[in-house]
Amino acid sequence: MTSQVLLIEDEPNIIEAISFILSRDGWQVRSHSGGQDAMDVVRARKPDLIILDVMLPGRSGFDLLADIRADPQIAATPVLMLTARGQRKDREMAERAGASLFMTKPFSNAEMLEAVRSLAPRT
Amino acid sequence: MSSEPPGAAMTGTRIRERRLARGIAQGALAASVGISASYLNLIEHNRRRIGGRILLRLADALQVDAQTLSHGAEAALLATLREAAAEPREKPGEPPPDLDRAEEFAGRFPGWAHLLADTLRRAQAAGRQVDALADRLAHDPQLAASLHEVLSVVTAIRSTASILVETPALEPEWRARFHRNLGEDSQRLAEGAERLVQYLGEGPGTGVSTGRDILSPQDETDHFLSASGHRFDALERGGDPDAVLAQSDLRPGTSAHAQARAALEIYRSDASALPQAALLAAVARHGTAPLALAQDLDAPLPRVMRRLAAMPEDAVGPVGLISADASGAILSLKPLEGFAATRLAGACPLWPLFRAAALPQVPLRRRILQPDRGARPVLAIAACEVAGPAEFNMPPLLRSFMLLLPDAPDADGDEALPVGTVCRICPREVCAARREPSVLRAAEEAHDASGF
Repeated sequence: MTSQVLLIEDEPNIIEAISFILSRDGWQVRSHSGGQDAMDVVRARKPDLIILDVMLPGRSGFDLLADIRADPQIAATPVLMLTARGQRKDREMAERAGASLFMTKPFSNAEMLEAVRSLAPRT
Repeated sequence: MSSEPPGAAMTGTRIRERRLARGIAQGALAASVGISASYLNLIEHNRRRIGGRILLRLADALQVDAQTLSHGAEAALLATLREAAAEPREKPGEPPPDLDRAEEFAGRFPGWAHLLADTLRRAQAAGRQVDALADRLAHDPQLAASLHEVLSVVTAIRSTASILVETPALEPEWRARFHRNLGEDSQRLAEGAERLVQYLGEGPGTGVSTGRDILSPQDETDHFLSASGHRFDALERGGDPDAVLAQSDLRPGTSAHAQARAALEIYRSDASALPQAALLAAVARHGTAPLALAQDLDAPLPRVMRRLAAMPEDAVGPVGLISADASGAILSLKPLEGFAATRLAGACPLWPLFRAAALPQVPLRRRILQPDRGARPVLAIAACEVAGPAEFNMPPLLRSFMLLLPDAPDADGDEALPVGTVCRICPREVCAARREPSVLRAAEEAHDASGF
């Protein structure tokens, strides 16, 4: 079974590009673009890795991350946080909230691939 | 802030209590300290503030120490002084304040002590304002949302573009899809960038207001002068600068008020020496040629230039004027369309404005051209004048002026002199005057450096 990546991001063309490069690299990619119901999707899919945008419509990525870490069923899932602001404060907040890795937009495809490969074991 | 520390009012009450307790008549106490009984009465009813020598003499006469009498007043001041003493020092080697002598300091030098306390309060208020501004940059939701949008689109474009470039044998359907995405995103990026520029252009205080605008005194003066189009009809008619200022928003006692007043004084003496009617009559004979006007009117060139800049535009056309002191600081700035000038970040040393000071008796006349997009050649005439009275054995203190006129292709046919705006945004690579690298050329410069 291929490893599954859940991409929670509201920018449709980022979803399309990341989905493309990750699926070419052998990942099964699912995406979700809302903040409100994202937890339901995470619980239902139980992905091997979550890529999570900090700024989501309806809900902060930090809150979502806190919920993920608080749910024993999914708490161990590696989470790669994406943000448009590379400020130290955001990085600290992401670390405190339990992000496994933190990437600043705009990132390159190579960086994305490298991050995903380092976070999730491929089967 | 008010100069009345809390508790000051109670000093009089304490004096009265102490006097009554000792059974001394008001008149007798007043006489013993050399003040009138009615004045002491005012003091005792907290209608007059006292401090310094009268307080010390009253304390002496009442056989208490001055601290006890004025303790309420002094307490707040002393607390502030202790706070000041606890502030981190710029130079760690300096002797620490004598904390145990704070009371003596406040008692013997109340004026200095209050000044120190006021200065601390002002520094604290300024610090809070800086924090608020920094906070605004970091947390302004509108700015954050705009930046997030732009960066998100840039991310999508970068990712999509590198897929198109790096994927060998990309299927035509995918290729078409990514091309379409790129098209959409570049459109959105253009719009987002435009919104961001618009927002930043509005500046703090005009959009999401977080308080009063933060303007330097120089900015306030500029606002005042440009609001009137650098022209004052009242002064043309021999009016008084103070009357003009009284109708402005500038508050007396502020630095901006003082600067504006100095500018208006110069305007008034220029206007009385070169009245508008005489100047415009000469302009009818010579056009806006400053040197011919100066000769005809027997007036110094800088004065003619200042007067041209104050004339109505329908009479002389658009005229810009920039002045600078000997340190290169821009003193006044009346812009001319097509020539970018700013007080921020320092101007370009290549401007004739600054080069005129090398030979103060030789006015310069050059067509100049900035590299910025949208810049047009303009005609610059620069001249110096001596500021302040002459002194023996002292080189004169110069002030430079540069008049900016719309381009008139030169009879001599000389090329427009390339000049800049400010180094940071100037693309001219080889420049002896460069102070710092340009952000526009940062990437190419490393590459080009090997060529020199």
